[in-house]
Amino acid sequence: MPDRKLLVLGLCAFLAVLAFMTLGARGNWSFVLTFRGTKLAALLLVAAAVSLSTILFQTLSGNRILTPSIMGFDALYLLVQTGLVFALGEFGYATLLPEAKFAFEVVLLTVAALALFGSLLGNGLQDLFRMLLVGVIFGVLFRSLTSLLQRLIDPNEFAVVQGAMFASFNSIDTELLLASAVLVLACCGLAWRKRHILDVMALGRDQAISLGLDHRRELFHGLALVTLLVATSTALVGPVAFFGLLVSALTYEFLKTHRHGNLMIASMLIAVIVLVGGQTLFERVLGFGGSLSIVIEFLGGLVFLFLIFRKARA
Amino acid sequence: MRLTVRRLPSSELLWFAAVTGLLAGLVLASLAIGAADAGLADLLQSKDGLELFLISRVPRTCAALLAGASLAVAGVIMQMLARNRFVEPATAGTGECAALGLLVVTMAMPSSTIFLKMAVSCCAAFGGTAVFLALVQKLPPTQPLLVPLTGIIYGGVIAAITTFIAYENDLLQYLGVWMNGEFSGILQGRYELLWASGLVALAAYLYADRFTIAGLGRDAAVGLGLDYRHVLIVGLGIVALITSFTVITVGMLPFVGLVVPNIVSHFHGDNARRTLPLVALTGGTLVLASDVAGRLLRYPYEIPAGTVFGVVGTGVFLWLLFARPAHAR
Repeated sequence: MPDRKLLVLGLCAFLAVLAFMTLGARGNWSFVLTFRGTKLAALLLVAAAVSLSTILFQTLSGNRILTPSIMGFDALYLLVQTGLVFALGEFGYATLLPEAKFAFEVVLLTVAALALFGSLLGNGLQDLFRMLLVGVIFGVLFRSLTSLLQRLIDPNEFAVVQGAMFASFNSIDTELLLASAVLVLACCGLAWRKRHILDVMALGRDQAISLGLDHRRELFHGLALVTLLVATSTALVGPVAFFGLLVSALTYEFLKTHRHGNLMIASMLIAVIVLVGGQTLFERVLGFGGSLSIVIEFLGGLVFLFLIFRKARA
Repeated sequence: MRLTVRRLPSSELLWFAAVTGLLAGLVLASLAIGAADAGLADLLQSKDGLELFLISRVPRTCAALLAGASLAVAGVIMQMLARNRFVEPATAGTGECAALGLLVVTMAMPSSTIFLKMAVSCCAAFGGTAVFLALVQKLPPTQPLLVPLTGIIYGGVIAAITTFIAYENDLLQYLGVWMNGEFSGILQGRYELLWASGLVALAAYLYADRFTIAGLGRDAAVGLGLDYRHVLIVGLGIVALITSFTVITVGMLPFVGLVVPNIVSHFHGDNARRTLPLVALTGGTLVLASDVAGRLLRYPYEIPAGTVFGVVGTGVFLWLLFARPAHAR
């Protein structure tokens, strides 16, 4: 009954959005709606980007534990961004058009990610846990390199770009909203068209090839989509660590299907419920400041531990 | 052939000599380099210079050496207790637990003495690491890489709790100081706890043989007549003390306890009584080297030693992961 489940999820997501827009609003409605609407749009984009990139990545890598952010993709994006500031200097970086800058960073990230992870994934995952540990350590390495570069940048230059580099759920970078929306929608469309191919890819490399799929090409396309989506969400709200894992784990538990059409829609709806609903709950009901990302990190970490213990016992 | 070559004591002597030589050079460099642009000779001749030398440069050099040496020793002990090459205070949640304990005591009793803070932080580190070791017991022994993976995420979960509390109480700055190791704030009177950390590391030497036997596994160790529980508690206590001393004075220096013991055991094997002095010496040298490098890379600004070591340490970690076959621990 996946259709009925999707309907329930859709209803919950709608309620979360409604609560986010109306709860605790006072004064001028047109101001409230535009102010909250911008934020909502960004949250929806992030929810879509993170959930879709995670589902895609897990299908491509043939497991349900690895996610792009666990493998250090978003840390790599921050490294690319810092490296760009370092190479161009304050003036060069500030004079670039935001869209051009973003495009350039995304291209760099895609090249770097494909170079680093493409060969690792292409050879098939003989040793999942080794892969995971390598990914986690790569993440730490990227973060260390980023902070090293940040220290090497002139403190004055650093102050100029700092605002753009450290976004969070509370200080969303709205400059790129339109460009990101186009990008995420395009990626969603492409992924939707590929949903049946993804069903075949999920059977594993050997099966997919014997069913007549150009496995290498599809892997390359899929990874490119993943890096685009990760770059978009990181540019909007910064690294989100375990959010993707939390969403994908909930999706698989709830839906119990392998069809990517359903999986993709459900994961996006769940992401919206967690993100928008969580933000409403934290900001409006509980009165906590900007700590939703920390709570998501905490829950996602627990899910991760649970998953590897289950996997290790099996 | 290789075994007999490795057992020759001369290789260890050579290592000792080489590291000591490097260390001497680094100590001189560390004493000579600082934001005040004056040669070592000038410093020692003027009265103000001598004061600067004794209040800032000497303590800083000592702090880096002590922190590096004791963290490396803590790493060796953890690796023997967990029977896993990839475990150290930063991949087992120990540092995060110490910071959580510190945060809680700082909030509950802001005026408490440093000894009370120390005690609470140490208890938290002890408890947290004990929980980690108990968790790891449940993992299949055929998957050694699961242990550090579990530890890193476990540390992340505890760090999330700590960050949440700190964020809601406007204490994030403290957390930054505790979690990022750096020596630029070290002055006379602010680092002396590290001498205690060094003493604890020295005391570990008394237990060296027992740790080596405990490293053979619980059953083998008990069969050889070892009071395994006792050794486990002493080992955990040493690790918790060293970690919380470091967190409270200079902040966490991740990967020191992982990189150093692995390099030393690669060349000199796993007999703790023989390798512990080498481990301590190499640990102190590497941390001092990253502190000196951090001071030079962007002179006169400084880069935290923890950041420099983070880059080097993760690089070595990746090399270990790829260089060692899956079956070797």
